[in-house]
Amino acid sequence: MGVEDRIRLPVRTEVLGGAEAAFATTRLDQLLGWARKYSLFMYPFATACCGMEFMAMSAPKYDLARFGAEAPRFSPRQSDLLWVVGTISQRQAPVLQRIYGQMCEPKWVIAFGTCASTGGFYDNYATVPGIDRIIPVDVFIPGCPPRPEQALDALMLLMKRIADGSARGEPILANGQVV
Amino acid sequence: MAQRILDRLKETFGAKILETSSPSGDEVAVVARDDWPAVARFLRDDPVCAMDMFIDLTCADYPDRRERLEVWLRLYSIGHRHRVCLKTRVSAEDPKVPSLYDLWRGIDWFEREAFDLFGVVFAGHPDLRRILLYEGFEGHPLRKDYAAEKTQPLVGYREVPPTKVPPFGTAEGMPWSRR
Ligand code: SF4
Repeated sequence: MGVEDRIRLPVRTEVLGGAEAAFATTRLDQLLGWARKYSLFMYPFATACCGMEFMAMSAPKYDLARFGAEAPRFSPRQSDLLWVVGTISQRQAPVLQRIYGQMCEPKWVIAFGTCASTGGFYDNYATVPGIDRIIPVDVFIPGCPPRPEQALDALMLLMKRIADGSARGEPILANGQVV
Repeated sequence: MAQRILDRLKETFGAKILETSSPSGDEVAVVARDDWPAVARFLRDDPVCAMDMFIDLTCADYPDRRERLEVWLRLYSIGHRHRVCLKTRVSAEDPKVPSLYDLWRGIDWFEREAFDLFGVVFAGHPDLRRILLYEGFEGHPLRKDYAAEKTQPLVGYREVPPTKVPPFGTAEGMPWSRR
């Protein structure tokens, strides 16, 4: 099975009866994960130059709609995927933390670009050295800025992790385990 | 290019103009801080100079000088199309410079910025608060004696597991990073 197929199907799902299948069996958490990964509502927290690359990525050429993740919600209460795009200054840190706190569970975070991931070359008094210092992060994207392909790769990785329940920052596993 | 401004300043203020130079055609005059407002007002009101446009105010720190903080004022004349840079120097122990708020209202935030980052105190400024950094920040980070690795986070950092893979590790080209 290629990566594509693995993303499309809930893991360990049996389809019985071939093309005219009357039913399929799966586990509830896998079914939830499978549904969730195709309905990510993103909150773009774009603060710096990476924002331009983010716009390129969300524009029709790269077509985020393929992943069911194209609808931005400019209220954190309605979104479940936080894209942190760009440099986060110390002064913004409480704001970002608060935005994260306002999102409903389950929620995921992608750190877009080197600045968001590590502070980048802003190794100084003004910049947070990586947003994982203030909120949990599921996927880091290196690059200054990353190419859209890298970001899509990260999105697919996140979808895979949502589907198999290994994404951090969420209590969705049926056994109650937070990874 | 605007040598006549320097000549004009010298003939008007004589020995009060401590130094003049023209690096790369950029006319510079240095005055003592007590003459700062008078010379600036003259530059604005004198018909030969007519510096009606305030361009920039900033500061530089030369740690091996006794009067280490050098405040720069850049002015432009819209009518005559010439520009000049006026400088004054103060020590870090007594970093007081008279405010030029009365001459150009636009100087307001520039003086606050120089105060914020360099600790130059502009006497007579109506609202001299930090403008870029936050309440509770200690020190002035663009002074050369502010420790390069010193940060003053507003929110407590989380303990992060060492999950990042290259290119985020120190082994991968970020030896200067705080982590
Ligand atoms: S990683 Fe590079 S492009 Fe992105 S915000 Fe930082 S400096 Fe800008």
